[in-house]
Amino acid sequence: MRDALLRFLSIMAALVAGTLLLLILGELVRASWPALRSLPLGGWLLSGHWAPSEGEFGLGAMLAASLITSVLALAIAGPVGVFLGGWLHLSAPARVASPLRALQGVMAGVPSVVYGFWGLVTLVPLVNLWAPPGAVLITAVLVLALMILPLSVIVTDAALHQVPAPAMQAARALSLSRWGTFRKVMWPHVRGSVASGIVLQFGRALGETMAVLMVAGNVLQWPSSLTEPVRTITANIALEMGYASGLHLQVLFLSGLVLLVMVIFSMLLVRVGVRS
Amino acid sequence: MSPSRLIVMLLVAGLLLAGCGERDHDTLILTGSSTVAPPLSDIAADFEAANPGVRVDIQSGGSSRGIVDVRRGTADLGMSSRDLRADEDDLLSHLVARDGISLLVHRANPVTNLSDEQVRKLFRGEIPNWSELGDFDAPVTIVHKGEGRATLEVFLEHFQLNNGEVKPDLIVGENQQGIRSVAGNRGAIGYVSIGAATHEAESGTPIRSLAIDGVTPDADTVARGDYPLTRNLILVSNGPPEGLLADFLTFVHSDTGGQRFQKHFFTPAGKGD
Repeated sequence: MRDALLRFLSIMAALVAGTLLLLILGELVRASWPALRSLPLGGWLLSGHWAPSEGEFGLGAMLAASLITSVLALAIAGPVGVFLGGWLHLSAPARVASPLRALQGVMAGVPSVVYGFWGLVTLVPLVNLWAPPGAVLITAVLVLALMILPLSVIVTDAALHQVPAPAMQAARALSLSRWGTFRKVMWPHVRGSVASGIVLQFGRALGETMAVLMVAGNVLQWPSSLTEPVRTITANIALEMGYASGLHLQVLFLSGLVLLVMVIFSMLLVRVGVRS
Repeated sequence: MSPSRLIVMLLVAGLLLAGCGERDHDTLILTGSSTVAPPLSDIAADFEAANPGVRVDIQSGGSSRGIVDVRRGTADLGMSSRDLRADEDDLLSHLVARDGISLLVHRANPVTNLSDEQVRKLFRGEIPNWSELGDFDAPVTIVHKGEGRATLEVFLEHFQLNNGEVKPDLIVGENQQGIRSVAGNRGAIGYVSIGAATHEAESGTPIRSLAIDGVTPDADTVARGDYPLTRNLILVSNGPPEGLLADFLTFVHSDTGGQRFQKHFFTPAGKGD
């Protein structure tokens, strides 16, 4: 009876989640359909000229900014998270490890707008000292990296707990060094789950809105240097949604659709990667 | 959790959801501009206290959302910090207050007054350092608003700037973000709603409002019509207001309503407008 109920509830939950995603996709397509039909296909994806009041709707520069900030944030948070997770599991004294684990849990739960506000009042003035105006690409990358670091530590830490005990005993019997154990015994076991955890974080970084809006500077231009302001797709939606109407509004929905498709694509990539 | 408790909870959740569909006769729903929402929330609380059994729900989400919601009938009134556009003339607009937009610099900046021409040059990127305007060596950082913002439109119109000419170093959304950005950068210049700027400056944030051509931005100069950078705060209805809605609009225009706008540093439009 209990199993049947649990099964029923799980299936329902899965159906609701799936249906919601489909509904969102459907609504995005519906709301952006007129724009999809009236704009020259491809042109809006590649052009970097976004000036809604002049009828210019190029998403290119903002798409590039979204991708570059997210990829760079992963490039920082991924390796640091793996090493911190490995250190927590292998070498950290228990006195340090358990409070640090708890801290990572708390950090993962802090709403992103808090990271954004911290970035705006603390990090931006600091970066401003060597790269005015301070709210630039690298600031956004640092805030994003800090946001996703806790989860990549937690994922690595959890994955390392799954390494089979016989493998660890064998490593000890061979008197491998800690680094050797991590590199040759543990890493091959956890590589897949750590990688998929990191790519899941890519979706989070790509979709992050408020934190990026506050620290990226939001000037419309192709991302050309770490010390120039950029505007991401999400920041653009947050900036302009409240006031947009007509074709402008439809294109904002369209940019949301493009973002959702990119996130879904990266999730599919994880699934394919985990299977192979 | 036992299965029976779970089922009870699901039932309750279902009932709550079902309740969402109904529109009560003594409930008013207002959505729209995040600038208009705070004073209107205060007024709504007063209105509820004076009319037991009546509920007024206020939700912000931008002027355009308010206009769309009124059209669809999901809101009784829309709040907007810009006037209706030509393609929105199917709706009725009710002027409730005026808001000024103030130029803002860091408190360390000794400049207190700028001419229209100086502002134009600054925002076109023709003045790269404050040393050209006063005894203050800091690179100019232009804090600009995102396209479509009502504040931006008022700003561009007054200074006769085309948005393409402006060379921003930083683009912000809400007033708060603009204020924090100026407070964190000695060379920054931006513009925000007078109400927000006055409130922040009084609570110790290192910012200062600038006079434009000698006119300081405050509630008095806005009320007299001396201060040039102002915009209308309006409520939007679909057709002439009747019944409870008419009562509420009268209340917004009353002295009590006016005091609420003043508390938020806006200039009430008064009756008959």
